[in-house]
Order: sequence, then structure tokens, then C-alpha cells
Amino acid sequence: MTEHTVKAFDEDITRLRGLIAEMGGLAEVAIQESLQALVNGDVELAQQVVERDKKLDTLESEVDKLAVRVLALRAPLADDLREIIAALKIAGVVERIGDYAKNIARRVGDVEDRKRFDPLTLLPVMGEVAAEMVHDVLTAYAARDPVLAREVIQRDERVDTFYDSIFRNLVSYMVENPATISSAAQLLFVARNIERIGDHATNVAEMVHYAATGEYPPDELR
Amino acid sequence: MVTQTSANSPAKMRARDVSVFYGPKQAIDSVSIDIETDHVTAFIGPSGCGKSTFLRTLNRMNDTIASARVEGTIELDGDDIYRSGMDVVQLRARVGMVFQRPNPFPKTIYENIAYGPKIHGLADGKDHLDQIVEKSLRRAGLWEEVKDRLSDSGTALSGGQQQRLCIARAIAVEPEVILMDEPCSALDPIATAKIEELIDELRGRYAIVIVTHSMQQAARVSQRTAFFHLGKMVEYGETSDIFTNPREERTKDYITGRYG
Repeated sequence: MTEHTVKAFDEDITRLRGLIAEMGGLAEVAIQESLQALVNGDVELAQQVVERDKKLDTLESEVDKLAVRVLALRAPLADDLREIIAALKIAGVVERIGDYAKNIARRVGDVEDRKRFDPLTLLPVMGEVAAEMVHDVLTAYAARDPVLAREVIQRDERVDTFYDSIFRNLVSYMVENPATISSAAQLLFVARNIERIGDHATNVAEMVHYAATGEYPPDELR
Repeated sequence: MVTQTSANSPAKMRARDVSVFYGPKQAIDSVSIDIETDHVTAFIGPSGCGKSTFLRTLNRMNDTIASARVEGTIELDGDDIYRSGMDVVQLRARVGMVFQRPNPFPKTIYENIAYGPKIHGLADGKDHLDQIVEKSLRRAGLWEEVKDRLSDSGTALSGGQQQRLCIARAIAVEPEVILMDEPCSALDPIATAKIEELIDELRGRYAIVIVTHSMQQAARVSQRTAFFHLGKMVEYGETSDIFTNPREERTKDYITGRYG
């Protein structure tokens, strides 16, 4: 990418990308650790995930301020304009992804008798797929890489498949033994949260694709 | 070569394979474009890219430069404006021009407007001339500001008012096309906003072509934008596309400030 004649503009964009990358890193760790805490019943780790979510909120507002400043002072056009707008929207979505991880962490103390639930081995695998989507889509953003963005979109199907199978599994627990309903319902919410994270990563991928190419990805991918 | 025609609105002016030379030096290389009345067309590009040169071919202003030579065809309503026997004075009444610096005649405000209609024989008596002056000044958004001082000198007005006076002067001879060569570069932001508002009001009545160095201005006032670089027209299309999603790498580099 050729540099701008006004170097401060490049510095602003680099800073914006840095903030988005930092948010992405935090969200990715939050997803992984919330599920680790869930599997191990580690309430302390869960609490740390909840605490660290505040940092995502702070970073989102920093992105907002910087993006507004760049729009006002630099009047960006073409791919620059699309990238700034994408950054603004991506920051909001990544913050939301952090909220889902936080929500998973909050449920850790509410799951009892965890050994009996098979899905507890599936949820971290599903979470890993979602976390990787978040990681890769932000790599695609930083590199303005539409090919990687499309690849992330295609991966959402795997998350959905996991969700369907975990859902059926948990329902069968509830049917067989009503005593499991409370904990199984918590795990259902966890699965649902991960499924939503996948959807959000897909949305980000669409924004990245648009920012990079000026076109939305073809419908058959979405 | 990039050429664009619109099916629903016939071109007011049609340029085909236009090249311009200053002596041995080629300033414009085979430009083809249609200019329509329904849209304001902006020409953008770095200094020396040929956008002003091309603008000036549209009413044969380059005729005043001895070494300039034009190839290709330019038609106004299908009539070749470079054909022999073309009345150039009449052509410039039909294709008016507004320049970078406001250049009112050192005469009264009234005379500035009345001059063109008088020499072109458009006015039928003093009352009719008064009407033309008032109508032109109204269309240029200047009437309310000058109606009580029509006998003051045009040069006594502010820069922005002088530029609107020049637009009124161009309008007074009932042109079909108005060419503007950086009409706001000598004006402050408020006077600029008034000119831009005026351009928007005049759109549809006249075919308007504006050369501007301000990308934001091109984005604000035009519906079609042509990007010129090194004498060629690199890209021509809807303004909103050019500024959000240009097709050509060179256009993108220029409008995002990565040029050179």
C-alpha cells in the first residue's frame, strides 16, 4: 500500500488498526478463558474474564473517538473511507463479542455436577472455532484481505453445526433427567452465545470484504 | 479509452478522441466524454493533468493560444464546434465560462450583466434589458444584495459577490452550457458554499462543467466526475462511485492523497 502524502494520516490509520487488533486479541482470549473456566469450574478465572471486559469497552470508545477525528480532519475517501467506517462498526461488534464471553463466564458458578455433561468437552472445541474466526477476521482486516474474509464466512457453518448437535444433546439430558434442567439450560445459553459470536465474526468478515474491495461478498457465501 | 453514454439523457456536448497539442507538446490524449444537461460534471486531477485545457476546448478558448492545436471532434447538439465557418463569438455565448478569479468589467453592476445581451441583440428595449438583468441576478442569488446599488461598480463587490456577478453575466446571454474553471479557489468557505448552492440550483437548466482542485467540492456539487492524469481521462463515472469505490488504481491513489 502506497503511503499517504500526509504522513500523520498513515499514523492515524496505523493507530486505528492497532486498537482494533488489541480489541480482537482481548476478545479471543476472553472466549477461550471463559470456556476454560466453565470446563474446570474455575470461578476465579471467570471473574477475571468479567473484569477484563471493561478494557474492551474503553478501547471501543477510543476507536470511536479516533475514527470521528479522522473523518473530521482528514476527510478520507475511497478505500480509506471504507476502512474507517469498517473500523467504527467492527469495534462495536468486537465489544459485543466480548460481552458474550463475559456472559459465558458469568454462568460458570451456575453449572452443577459438570462431569455428567458430554457437551462440556464439545463447547471448548466449538469456542475454539469461533475464537479462530475472530482472530482470522481481524487479521483479514489488518491486511485488507478479502480472500481470508470469505474463508471466515464459510467457517460459520461449522459453528452452526456444533450448535445444533450440542442443542440436541442437552435437550436429551433434560428429557431423561429433569434434575439436570437448570445446568443444561445454562450450557444451552453458553452454546447459544458461541453461536452468536460466530455470526458476529461473519458480520465483521462482510465489513472487511466491503472495506477491501468496495463490494459485499456474494450471497451464496452469506 | 473510457467512454460513457447515458441512455435516458441525450448528451449536450459530445467529445470524441480529442487531443490537444501546445506546439510539439501533447497536453490531452484522446479524450472522449459526453456532457449532459441533467448533471453537473466535475473534472478533477493533479496540476498539469490537462483538465483545464480540456475544459477550454469545449468553447474554443484555446483558439486564443497561437500554438494550440485540437484534434478529434467536439459537438454541441450534434454540431461540430471546430468546423470552418463556426461563429466562435456565438459559440461562447452558448457555452459560457466562469474563471478562477472573479473578473467583472470595470463598469457598473448593471452594465456588467447588460453588456452581453446588448452585443448579442437579446434585449428588446430598455424594459426588457432591465428584466434580463434582474432575472440573471436573481438566478445567481445576488439580486437581493445588489438591487439598490445597480449603478455601483462591479469591482466594489466582495470576492464572492463578484464571482456570482460573473455567473449572472454568463447566465444573461442564455447559455446552454456553463464552464467553470476553479470558480471558488479565490473565495472563503461561506462564499464558496453560496456558489455551490447556486451551482445546484442551476443544475438541469444548463449543462455545467466544473474544474476543481477540491475533491470535497467535486463530491458536493457534481453528479458525474472525470479524473484526468497526464493528459488522459483515466476514469469517468458517477461521483458517488468515484469517491467511495473508484475502479482505477490511479484514481484511488489521487483521491486518497497517495499521489506522487
